[in-house]
Amino acid sequence: MADGLELRDLAIAHRDGRPLVAVSTQVKPGQVVSLMGPSGVGKSTILAAITGVLSPSFTCTGDIVLNGRSLMGLAPQKRRVGILFQDHLLFPHMSVGQNVGFGLPRRTTDRKARVAAALAEIGLAGFADRDPATLSGGQRARVALMRMLLAEPETMLLDEPFSRLDAELRERMRELVFSRATAAGLPVLMVTHDQADADAAGGPVIALS
Amino acid sequence: MTGASVTALRTKDGWSVVPALTIAVLLGPIAAGLMGTLLPAFGGLRPGGGSAWSLEPWRQMAAEPGLGQGVWLSVKTGLLSTFAALLGCLLLVAGWQGTRVFRAMERMLSPLLSVPHAAAALGLAFLIAPSGWVTRLTSPWLTGWERPPDLLIVQDPGGWSLIAGLMAKELPFLLLMSLAALPQINVGERMLVATALGYGTVRGWMLTVLPALYAQLRLPIYAVLAYAMSNVDVALVLGPSTPPPLSVLILRWMTDPDLALRAPAAAAALLQLGLVVGAIGLWRLGELGAARMGRVMIETGARGAGWLDNMCRMVGVSIATLAALAIFGGLISQLVWSFAGRWRFPEALPSSFGLRSWDRHGEAALEVSLTTLGLAALAACIALLLVLGCLEAEHRRGRNLGRLGLLILYLPLILPQIAFLPGLQILLLQTGAARGLWPVLLSHIVFVTPYMFLALAGPFRAWDTRYATIGAAMGASADGVLWRLRLPMLLTPILTALAVGMAVSVGQYLPTLLASGGRLSTLTTEALALSSGGDRRAIGVWTLALTVAAWLPFAAALLLPQLVFRNRAGMLNG
Repeated sequence: MADGLELRDLAIAHRDGRPLVAVSTQVKPGQVVSLMGPSGVGKSTILAAITGVLSPSFTCTGDIVLNGRSLMGLAPQKRRVGILFQDHLLFPHMSVGQNVGFGLPRRTTDRKARVAAALAEIGLAGFADRDPATLSGGQRARVALMRMLLAEPETMLLDEPFSRLDAELRERMRELVFSRATAAGLPVLMVTHDQADADAAGGPVIALS
Repeated sequence: MTGASVTALRTKDGWSVVPALTIAVLLGPIAAGLMGTLLPAFGGLRPGGGSAWSLEPWRQMAAEPGLGQGVWLSVKTGLLSTFAALLGCLLLVAGWQGTRVFRAMERMLSPLLSVPHAAAALGLAFLIAPSGWVTRLTSPWLTGWERPPDLLIVQDPGGWSLIAGLMAKELPFLLLMSLAALPQINVGERMLVATALGYGTVRGWMLTVLPALYAQLRLPIYAVLAYAMSNVDVALVLGPSTPPPLSVLILRWMTDPDLALRAPAAAAALLQLGLVVGAIGLWRLGELGAARMGRVMIETGARGAGWLDNMCRMVGVSIATLAALAIFGGLISQLVWSFAGRWRFPEALPSSFGLRSWDRHGEAALEVSLTTLGLAALAACIALLLVLGCLEAEHRRGRNLGRLGLLILYLPLILPQIAFLPGLQILLLQTGAARGLWPVLLSHIVFVTPYMFLALAGPFRAWDTRYATIGAAMGASADGVLWRLRLPMLLTPILTALAVGMAVSVGQYLPTLLASGGRLSTLTTEALALSSGGDRRAIGVWTLALTVAAWLPFAAALLLPQLVFRNRAGMLNG
């Protein structure tokens, strides 16, 4: 049942009861919804609630439904939610190939081949044994994207993923990320400060305040 | 559905047991030890068996002629050395932070932290003894001495060399604790405001930074004060011997073949505990007085920007330099003595060098080194499991250790060892449990764990948990995130914490001596046993082995990540 990601009256409050942020939306497969608003408004906190790592100093009510499954109460690793951050956060102690392969399901038998093919797809063929610290910013962003996709998520969350890239790279990365999401039919929820991100995404924009 | 996603984070698992286990490991031996001290002090647990309420142990203790002097020495050396070390540390940080001089001092003092107390004390004794380097370098041209003067410099009755030794050894500790606390309190902004308003560096720092820093430095200072008042390892070497400080007196009674002396020893241990508690109370009053003085100073608005500022800065850097010289000079002096052949007074260097002392003592020292390091590695590894378990449990609970937890952690450091270890020994002897290695191992773990927690908590908590989010989003369980991401990424601080723990274990004297009933030899017990004999060449060999044993784990902690991560630049510089 691929009907996308739905936030039903999702409301996040501080532990003492003060409300922080509330949102209600439906993200269809292949669609990008942008969350915009000033810093501190709770945009990233919404993403934390969806990934399942909300800090115990917050409580949340409402429901998060992904392709018909409620995610509330589910352990983070059972949610099948992929996330990209602005710092691409490649695991520094692993090779590029180990990074990309981290999310491959355990029973995968042709691990090496899958990783090699994924790297070739983003123009990094032969990079499997490289130290991630030797990659350029754009290369890191692509590796982080591929690492997420290989884990076969059912939705994609973006936490200002383009803000650390320079203007030209930013445009190319947006195109790559959005085209991959559309191709895989993933619903995408993007937190951003940048109106140009939302314009490029082309989907609905939710302004939080 | 309220809060459902929160409970997902806080699943019940084995980790929540570890904090309770750690508290038991820390408090169990302390509680047992205090019990074993309390009972004999009032007539219980008599050597021949049986107990009856009695104040006889206290009367026996009071009849000791040196008691009053021992009490006075404990209070005087403890308070003065702690105050001087704190003053040197604060003036150095206040006057020099951010300068090249400060970075040089920091680099010089940090490795001194891991020099065991016994080695530092013996080193200072080498320097200032009548035939030590200080008199050699000034004789005869300045002093006119053609032979070592007949002066009691080391172990002087006033305890001044003891005060100097304690101060030199505790200053690096306080400095490192300050450096760990400072990044959390926006020193740059505070100082910018103060100096822009025309305040001198030191005055401005004392009024704007110190109040915030002191709150974090309080427990380490109490630990230093308690140690300075009640230690035996430095006092045995540098303290007066007739009459000795109270702690040494207790140790003499405890190790006397006459078992009847255990009872007055227990009473004196309680007295020592009372003294430390009283001194900490007195110090607290001093803090309140200083705070009131600070408020008065703020209201007068005096800027303290002239000569006073410069003088404070000079005092700070002088105290710190003297401390570094005392310990480094001592180590070098031990090195020279261990290779010295003939060395006549007042020549500055031996007339010949040789390997005779190493031939004579090297093999035994190597053997004891292996025992010492093995014990240290075992204690540090067990403590590491406890510390990592506590930190991971607090991460999963989403709540940091509270004030009470911090206090429990500091208890083994603040409570004088001499107040509860004798009790532990009495208890172990009475129950016949003092067999084998485990009492020593357990008592080492009690003192190793707090330091390792302090060393590892910062890096562990500072780890970017977005890595955990990414890992979990890709299907890794909480345990998977811990083993595959967090621990490997924290390898360097984990190895450093292990090195800290091993250095602490290597330097332990009383726990080794008392918990093993004197049957286990480590480098520290051997070096201190030699200290009264005065064979400088032998002491040189043993104390060098002791310092090297404390430094080796640090060297490994520096080298191993370079090997493991030689192809991972992000792990070495980031």
